[in-house]
Amino acid sequence: MTQLISKKNLRLDGRKLDELRPIKLTVGVLKNADGSAYIEWGRNKIMAGVYGPKECHPKHMALPDRALLKCRYHMAPFSVDDRKPPQPSRREIELSKIIREALSPAIVLEDFPRTAIEVYVEVLQSDGSSRIASITAASAALADAGIPMRDLVVGCAVGKVQDKIVADVSDTEDKEGQVDLPVAFMPNLNLITLLQSDGALTKDEFEKAFKLALEKGRYVYEIVRDALLEGFVGRKNEKEGN
Amino acid sequence: MAKVLRKFVLPGDLIVKGNYPPAPNTYQMDDGLHSLKVGLSEIEGRNVRVIPLAGRYVPRPDDLVVGVVIDLNAFAWSVDINSFFPAFLTATDVFGKRYSPESEDLSSKFDIGDVIIARVAAYDRSKDPMLTVAGPKLGRVNGGYLMKISPVKVPRLIGRRGSMSKMIEEATGTRITIGQNGIIVINGEPSRIPLAVKAIEMVETQAHLAGLSVSVQNFLSKETGRVVRKPQEGPPQSDDFNSGESE
Repeated sequence: MTQLISKKNLRLDGRKLDELRPIKLTVGVLKNADGSAYIEWGRNKIMAGVYGPKECHPKHMALPDRALLKCRYHMAPFSVDDRKPPQPSRREIELSKIIREALSPAIVLEDFPRTAIEVYVEVLQSDGSSRIASITAASAALADAGIPMRDLVVGCAVGKVQDKIVADVSDTEDKEGQVDLPVAFMPNLNLITLLQSDGALTKDEFEKAFKLALEKGRYVYEIVRDALLEGFVGRKNEKEGN
Repeated sequence: MAKVLRKFVLPGDLIVKGNYPPAPNTYQMDDGLHSLKVGLSEIEGRNVRVIPLAGRYVPRPDDLVVGVVIDLNAFAWSVDINSFFPAFLTATDVFGKRYSPESEDLSSKFDIGDVIIARVAAYDRSKDPMLTVAGPKLGRVNGGYLMKISPVKVPRLIGRRGSMSKMIEEATGTRITIGQNGIIVINGEPSRIPLAVKAIEMVETQAHLAGLSVSVQNFLSKETGRVVRKPQEGPPQSDDFNSGESE
């Protein structure tokens, strides 16, 4: 088994146990989508684009009392070290579903009955915890599109690696570690929208891990705030350059 | 007049603590009013509002809109008004109550591809918006330059009681029709239209900044080489179909 944590409590990439990978978020990167965001979270590179609210097609899927939220999580064939077949895999279908369920409590879907809101998440490069990075980018893209939301959705994945609780699980730690626990939540409302766990934690470990996830999620929230502020207030000079 | 407090807000941000009357783009929680959108919050006494910085056009009855006819059948036209539903314009609105599909042909009035200026007659979330062309200055657009801006920037382009659009019209010698849905028709000498387009683009990109009308005024003065004055704010007029926003 790979040695994942050194004797000095440092991880493979030199991070401390509770340290996140560097995160860079930009909103409004795509001109043709109503809203968009691009996130680099460690070696994850993820693009999110949002359309809507728009007419729902096929029409029989439209809901009479609220908007239909459609999400697609897709990994590019070159996003992993071995070519990934481009058709949706079992995992991608699952992630599309959990992203939809993580975002839908935040969006005021009742304001737009009979319409559809489409969220497309394209993973260009994958490096562990990509579901949380995708949710964060997608919620920033939804805000960028001006869709009414009760709160932004952010999160952080925590885990257990060599019996230690760590923040922001990387790809190797996810595969070779003991537990991966992604948490997404609405920081102002204090409501959890995604909580998954693969692996077993004791009650104490869970409480410690969960608290760490919320704490780090709030740090991620500040990054999203800054990105949206920059995107909206810094956008004024964009057209003059063209 | 109470002082206006402005703040950049994100969805979920607490705008003000306590119990406040319901306000656009906000929602009430136990602790106070929260924002639903990315925008600028304004607190003026007990009046709170959030001016969104992005978003689609949501039809409102009485709005003036510019749309493109996309389809027609025996009883109505379908019009794309840059919103999430196509609007419809009924044949009886144009031909009168005695309209009969046997004697009249809808395409003789508006055909697919025609641009029309219309007013939203009725809309609620459960029905598609209904348009009317009954009224002065409404109907087919026979010429001009079409441009599109973000619908949330339209109040800034109109300005207080139309001051901004009037200033651009006077300085450039064009006529500008602004649809609340963000589609704009500019009429006038072809040589004068590019300047009006530039001024409108300037309003769109700087809509969130204070002192916008002064910078547009300076820009127009520089470009036209003469002093451009801000038009006097007249009393609200009945043909002021677009109620503008204060600065």
